[in-house]
Amino acid sequence: MEIKVDQLSKNYGENNALDQVSLTLEGNKIYGLLGRNGAGKTTFMDILSGQILASAGSISIDGENPFDNQRLTESICLIKEANNFSPELKIKQVLKIYSYFYPNWNQEMAEELLEIFNLKQSAKIKTLSKGMESALGITAGLASRAPITVFDEPYIGMDAPSRKKFYEILLEDYQENPRTIIFSTHLIDEVSLMFEEVIILREGSVILQESAEDLRAKTIAISGPKDQVDAFLADKEIIQRNDLAGSSMAYAFGSRKEALDAGLEVEGVPVQELMIHLTEKKKGA
Amino acid sequence: MKKELDENKPIFLQIKEQIEDSIIDGSLNSGERAPSTNEFAKFYQINPATAGKGINELVSEGILIKKRGVGMFVTDEAKGIVIEKRKQTFYENYLLPMKKEAQKLEMDRQELINMLNREDEANGN
Repeated sequence: MEIKVDQLSKNYGENNALDQVSLTLEGNKIYGLLGRNGAGKTTFMDILSGQILASAGSISIDGENPFDNQRLTESICLIKEANNFSPELKIKQVLKIYSYFYPNWNQEMAEELLEIFNLKQSAKIKTLSKGMESALGITAGLASRAPITVFDEPYIGMDAPSRKKFYEILLEDYQENPRTIIFSTHLIDEVSLMFEEVIILREGSVILQESAEDLRAKTIAISGPKDQVDAFLADKEIIQRNDLAGSSMAYAFGSRKEALDAGLEVEGVPVQELMIHLTEKKKGA
Repeated sequence: MKKELDENKPIFLQIKEQIEDSIIDGSLNSGERAPSTNEFAKFYQINPATAGKGINELVSEGILIKKRGVGMFVTDEAKGIVIEKRKQTFYENYLLPMKKEAQKLEMDRQELINMLNREDEANGN
């Protein structure tokens, strides 16, 4: 399902949570939607999943507006970091509700996941720990098999082995049942290699949308004598730079070959480093 | 197989190189099945499209062949192709950096040759 966003804005009073965002997501990929807290990720996902209306601009999924749209809502599953389920329900009832709501629901997978995460169907939501609640969110999100599945910080409170299990199952199921998965997180390092495409939001604007492999190919970490680095960076976009005792080290957009020809040491930029710097606020902005 | 990937290098290239390494060192022979996109994606927790890109390049270079519904297999010519390819990059990846470092240390050609000879003797070649 193609998602098309054009000049989308959302204001809360004087605060622009989203500011004229335009982008197209072709679909059937794993997307990383990244940004610091307050960059507009959650607002974007709420609009995408039809839960709130934009202040201006448009969003369409397969040509239709998702707001209050029955056909689309059953194609989109949004799992947030908390409060996905009402506290008085039992896990069993949650699964029942999801199975009614999502036409592609896979009960077998849901039960298998509950077992893996050690969750009892008879347990009430309000008795679950934060990590258990997250695991249930992940179970519901994966088993819904919705054509568009959005995970907004879904693993708060989950321990490392459970998170690893989640990534494994996600990748396996995604390959058997390709669909659009949008992953929003500020814990980038564990998941960065799973993304096919990366979208970075900063202060309500899209500052980058790029295939993860291209991004890796286009960015370089260079080091060398300060004047040589200065000369090389003169016409480049610099991501981050450090100087120490006459030598300099920088992350920049540029070609590996050009940097080598300029006599500099060249390496790749670790993805999480890259994303951390790109999602950071610009100085003085 | 490496336990973890190096995040500083393009991931699809590393997938490619791993299969090539296995072909060169004989752990993966002609006619045998190479790990699938799925297996790589799951093992390293990487995007399947990325793993697929590495594998597809090996197919277009004639190193792997796709058998529909069964998987990817090592071709008869694979080892020869990989070795030929690696010889070409040997110059850039090994020789050039070595010369550069030798220059930094003010070593001349004779010193380098002596070193090579010494290493041969030490290993009884």
